[in-house]
Amino acid sequence: MMKPKISVEIGKLKLNNPVMVASGTFGYAEEFKDFMDVKKLGAIVTKTLTLKPRKGNPMPRTCETAAGMLNSIGLENPGLAIFIREKLPFLKKTGVPIIISVASEEKPEEFLELVAQLNIIEEVAAIELNISCPNIQGKESLIAQDPAATYKIVQEVRKITGKTLITKLSPNVTSIGDIAQAAEDAGSDAVALINTLSAMSIDVDKRRPKIAAGIAGLSGPAIRPVAVKMVWEVFNKVKIPIIGMGGIMDTASALEFIIAGASAVSVGTANFINPGVSLEIIAGLKEYLVKNKISDIRELMGALKI
Amino acid sequence: MKNFQLKAKILAQTKIKDNYWHCEFSAPQIAKNALPGQFINIRVSANFDPLLRRPISLHGVSAAKVKIVYEVVGKATEILVRKKKGEFLDIIGPLGNGFDLGMQKAEGRRQILVAGGMGVAPLMFLAEKLKVPSLVLIGAKTKKDLLCVQEFKKLGCSVKISTDDGSLGFKGRVTELLRNNLTKSCALYACGLKPMLKVISDIANEYNIPAQVSLEEHMSCGIGACLGCVVKTKEGLKRVCQEGPVFKAQDLIW
Ligand SMILES: Cc1cc2nc3c(=O)[nH]c(=O)nc-3n(C[C@H](O)[C@H](O)[C@H](O)COP(=O)(O)OP(=O)(O)OC[C@H]3O[C@@H](n4cnc5c(N)ncnc54)[C@H](O)[C@@H]3O)c2cc1C
Ligand SMILES: Cc1cc2nc3c(=O)[nH]c(=O)nc-3n(C[C@H](O)[C@H](O)[C@H](O)COP(=O)(O)O)c2cc1C
Ligand code: FES
Repeated sequence: MMKPKISVEIGKLKLNNPVMVASGTFGYAEEFKDFMDVKKLGAIVTKTLTLKPRKGNPMPRTCETAAGMLNSIGLENPGLAIFIREKLPFLKKTGVPIIISVASEEKPEEFLELVAQLNIIEEVAAIELNISCPNIQGKESLIAQDPAATYKIVQEVRKITGKTLITKLSPNVTSIGDIAQAAEDAGSDAVALINTLSAMSIDVDKRRPKIAAGIAGLSGPAIRPVAVKMVWEVFNKVKIPIIGMGGIMDTASALEFIIAGASAVSVGTANFINPGVSLEIIAGLKEYLVKNKISDIRELMGALKI
Repeated sequence: MKNFQLKAKILAQTKIKDNYWHCEFSAPQIAKNALPGQFINIRVSANFDPLLRRPISLHGVSAAKVKIVYEVVGKATEILVRKKKGEFLDIIGPLGNGFDLGMQKAEGRRQILVAGGMGVAPLMFLAEKLKVPSLVLIGAKTKKDLLCVQEFKKLGCSVKISTDDGSLGFKGRVTELLRNNLTKSCALYACGLKPMLKVISDIANEYNIPAQVSLEEHMSCGIGACLGCVVKTKEGLKRVCQEGPVFKAQDLIW
């Protein structure tokens, strides 16, 4: 049998394969160079960037839970200027499409300034709007919890950029389909889901939360069934491509997302456990296609039988 | 420094006493480059329970082998202890930034190593590399929790002990033992729990003694990617798994 086709398109982006790495779980790629050939990834999504440097939340910031982990990093990042100077050069050298995740700290206008500055960098392949980070203190609700707010910010950013625009959605909502619809209506080229689930873990001896910030985000295999269901829901609601994530640990779990309707998948927490796992998944997807005599991975997307 | 992920064969798994174990892996690439203070990140289970790797200090290396000592305290270490000679484990290393061997030694100071509990693990490796016989202060809860005393002596180090309950040596904290043993010109290397390291940093600052301390934090990735292990320093936040675990005491903000 001939080699199956695994390249996919997300907006204007052409990916050699549908496996990317999720924001906040792959550093700035350089951290992984000893463990894998990062050039082989479908795309790299970088740690969410804010305009100004951000210190993040107090320690402890992470802990393990049953089949998952909690994190409340609080978007620690060096800010746009230092990112461009110190982190972007290595990313550029990889030749892999670079997707820059951005967030505002206080005012939504910060999104516009970030995007305006990223617009002029050729190697920035796409921009991901992180409107769904559960770990910014003092924010009572997320943009991604309100269809109108989602529509507004996506539309404003859309007006100022021709780059591929991805909106990252939160699972902490009543209807993720409605939010995805708002993003699509406002001109987003794709949606990425899910961000972490809002969660808490308690040290019973100290009677304190295990994470200093109290509330944190749950990721890892524990959240996969929730994420797969949400991808299916969104697939049935919107036409734009979906980047699926949440507990992808291996080929089989990546396939679940594609069958539920994702055009591409993002590997998150699994990078911490097996840094080269994304490349294993790319190989595994090819094998699955050959075994099932499928010539193009796009035939699998949303191919759920019900 | 380059890191390696490998399936390492267990060459030995021996009980030291009670819950304390010694384990050796065949890991030539790691052994070749390892420095005292660095650690390996062990995946004890191929399925995802427990999910994350566990960091354990390098206790020593020889030829193609790396050695660790560990205490069985929870889920992962309970699985680790059941692994037998001949089995393979997925390990990553040598991770982190080890002790700076040159700086303090060059000044001809008396080398004092201060270990609290499992802190002896990396300091044994350090004592081997320092070559000049050091003074080693070991603090433990009780006599039963003391490790590596004979091994340090074999290297020619003088060893002094403190126990919280007074069952052996000085009764009290190892930091008090340190105060009693400070000399005019000395240099400190310490590994143990945070409160102990804070006191040692205070002592180092008070007497203007060069000191390096090895910190512990919960680590989700161990390779600098998650930002879950940061510590405050005078130059901002640093990752314990990457810029640490060894820091100059003077650089830390407690
Ligand atoms: C750089 C570094 C080097 C280390 N070197 C050694 C070593 O040489 N020998 C050794 O025995 N242990 C060492 N540790 C500690 C070791 O990583 C933990 O004991 C281990 O992860 C426990 O895993 P577990 O699943 O068995 O226990 P868990 O079920 O995860 O935890 C059991 C208990 O230990 C505590 N604990 C777990 N991890 C840590 C940690 N990283 N720091 C502090 N407390 C923790 C938990 O809060 C809990 O109370 C080191 C830790 C670090 C960060
Ligand atoms: C330590 C950690 C840090 C994260 N940081 C970010 C971030 O900065 N921006 C973002 O959009 N998502 C962030 N995420 C969420 C992931 O990108 C992903 O959406 C989520 O973890 C679910 O995937 P997983 O279960 O495969 O990890 C982070 C996740 C973890 C575990
Ligand atoms: S443990 Fe992930 S950055 Fe240190």
